[in-house]
Amino acid sequence: MTARTQFDADIDTALADAPLQRALADVPAGFVAGRRRAREELLEFEPLRRVARDIRDHALAHLDLYLEAFESNATKAGSRVHWAASGDDACRIVLDICRAAGARTITKSKSMVSEEIELRERLQDAEFDVVETDLGEYLVQIRNEKPSHIIAPAIHMRAEDVADVFRRQHGHLAPDRKLDTPEEMIAEARGILRDKFLSADVGITGANFLVAESGSAIIVTNEGNADLTMSLPKVHVILTSIDKVVPTFSDAWPLLRLLARSATGQAFTAYTTIVTGPRRPDDPDGPEQCHIILLDNGRTELLASEMRPVLRCIRCGACMNHCPVYCSIGGHAYNSVYPGPIGAALSPALAGAEQAAHLAEASTFCGRCEQVCPVEIPLVSVMRQWRSLALEQPRSRRARVMLHTWARLAQHPRIYRWCAGIAARSLKWLAGSGARIRRLPFLHAWTDYRDLAAPQGGTFQQQWAQREHKRAQRDRADVSAARARKSDSVP
Amino acid sequence: MLYANQCHPVISMTEVYARRPRVGLFVTCLVDLMRPSVGFAAVRLLEAAGCEVVVPEEQTCCGQPAYNGGDNANARKIALQTMRAFDGLDYVVAPSGSCAAMLKVHYPRLLADDAQHASAARAFAERVHELCAFLIDVCGLEQVPGSFAGRVTYHDGCSGLRELKVREQPRRLLAAVPGLELCEMSDTDACCGFGGLFAVKFPAISNAMVTKKCANAASVKPDLLLSGEMGCLLNVAGKLSRQGADIQCRHIAEVLAGEMTAPAIAYSSDGERR
Repeated sequence: MTARTQFDADIDTALADAPLQRALADVPAGFVAGRRRAREELLEFEPLRRVARDIRDHALAHLDLYLEAFESNATKAGSRVHWAASGDDACRIVLDICRAAGARTITKSKSMVSEEIELRERLQDAEFDVVETDLGEYLVQIRNEKPSHIIAPAIHMRAEDVADVFRRQHGHLAPDRKLDTPEEMIAEARGILRDKFLSADVGITGANFLVAESGSAIIVTNEGNADLTMSLPKVHVILTSIDKVVPTFSDAWPLLRLLARSATGQAFTAYTTIVTGPRRPDDPDGPEQCHIILLDNGRTELLASEMRPVLRCIRCGACMNHCPVYCSIGGHAYNSVYPGPIGAALSPALAGAEQAAHLAEASTFCGRCEQVCPVEIPLVSVMRQWRSLALEQPRSRRARVMLHTWARLAQHPRIYRWCAGIAARSLKWLAGSGARIRRLPFLHAWTDYRDLAAPQGGTFQQQWAQREHKRAQRDRADVSAARARKSDSVP
Repeated sequence: MLYANQCHPVISMTEVYARRPRVGLFVTCLVDLMRPSVGFAAVRLLEAAGCEVVVPEEQTCCGQPAYNGGDNANARKIALQTMRAFDGLDYVVAPSGSCAAMLKVHYPRLLADDAQHASAARAFAERVHELCAFLIDVCGLEQVPGSFAGRVTYHDGCSGLRELKVREQPRRLLAAVPGLELCEMSDTDACCGFGGLFAVKFPAISNAMVTKKCANAASVKPDLLLSGEMGCLLNVAGKLSRQGADIQCRHIAEVLAGEMTAPAIAYSSDGERR
């Protein structure tokens, strides 16, 4: 099965999944309304987007410089910086760190980069006890699923699903244990996670931003789980990617001001933590080692391409919250670590065009994603570029021939007009005496779901030409009549 | 009131007053093929606004199917052909935000690296307008020929709304129609699911989107759903027709121009769905 046919099958599954559809129906009232409120309350929201875009563009234009500065300052602060060209490299580095630490239990906070390289699965294969500490990620983990949203991994689940998976997976639960309210469910998860936090040997987090001037990582959460993940174990691993670096703290603030507002509508996340190296001698707590893994995984190539603006992304998820396609099929159908518009723009670069270029087809180019993107990524243009690259592939031969034939036709106005006339007449004939066509012999994808209105018959160009012809005749008649009158009056 | 896309007329206003501006109507494929009455309604509105209308024969499609399909080379050729077809006219007006955006926003992008044509594309773009935006921003039209007694809801086409910022202009024109009551549906800025080939490439998603749009429209109980976009209208009217819903769909130009003799989209002349 090709990636595209798999996609079609997953779309049908998602559209028929009633609980998923009910969960997706809440997105507009939650994230979309939240962002709208936050934007209305912050007068400088729109100008701030342009500032944020420029900060990201500057950092990307001088990425080599800032990454080197970051490495040097992070090293000075006592962190160890590792460079990983591929996901495999990054996984190997993490495995080595965990083995060297003699680890058994590993806690992990939410990190899309770790999803990208399937780190949890790799660690579990190596017999480590890995637990996700973000509630949504934890639910996804115990349901053996993938996240369906980049900031709300369990957005596809409803409260009943949570209670249900706790009863199935938590063997210690008494049958009469109440799991009816969010508080009761959170208490159950907290009980499990607290033990893991205290027994963990290695804690793995992501990073929202890296600050070159100090070698710091900025990590935001709403649950505080990243703070326990990073400060309780002896070893802290920050797994992130090379595009996250900004020059200074002053550059990070505008991005942070936009991040939560764009994502959930909060002015700020509940926890914003700046980590600069491991525990220092007079610190009351903190890890003994701090490792920072900088993943490339296709980003350098993207940086060198016309699609560089994709790397501005600060992973707020606003594009998917506002995407009518995402809100119809949810995240899983994309079968891609990053779903929604940013997934369609980014995934082909990370996972390969063969795997993900078809995602760019699944857009009406309505442009709502671009309108809400806090760093103004031209998502539609990028998707259009992926379509363009896909069209050149041998597998797109049929699409290419059809497009070229049509384009040739469009470059011959006389033949185009003639064809339009035939098309109008044929469709009119198909409609018979009715005003709509209920089933087209071709393009039945249209009439499977909706009628096609019958054309009025005769093209505008034909009718206009007739009107102009009549008008010209009338004018000529008027002129000759006037001439006739004139010659009559001349003796 | 100022609009982000307020035009910069190529000819000065004194000249406009001195002679009727010559407007080239970019008919658009769907109006040409499916609903010529929209083209005539547009002509009537432009004439009511004091323009002389010409319809260049050498126009075909704006090139969007090629451009959005990833075929920039052909899109460029079609762009140059369209620019030639409308050469020498004061304005180019399209009864579609999506085609107008192609001419106004994307031609200059497509030809940006073409030393020979880049500046011509930019100058051409300055002259291009979506119909409602042109009537309000350039012509300052305050009275329209049409009238309609009933409830109307308006669907914003995405390209017009987001690429050309056409939002207030159609509403101001509708406010000028005697008897018309505009009832806004929720999520007016949400896509209807047409998206050109998207509707046939991903018919099930498109269906989910248009179903939501129809439900939003139905909830304000309009007699008539209007839009400035034939693609959206074929999609929404086709879905309403399949649902047997009692909402008629028309292009906004038909109501503004009072050209309502043609039956509504997917309706028979006796006002039935057949």
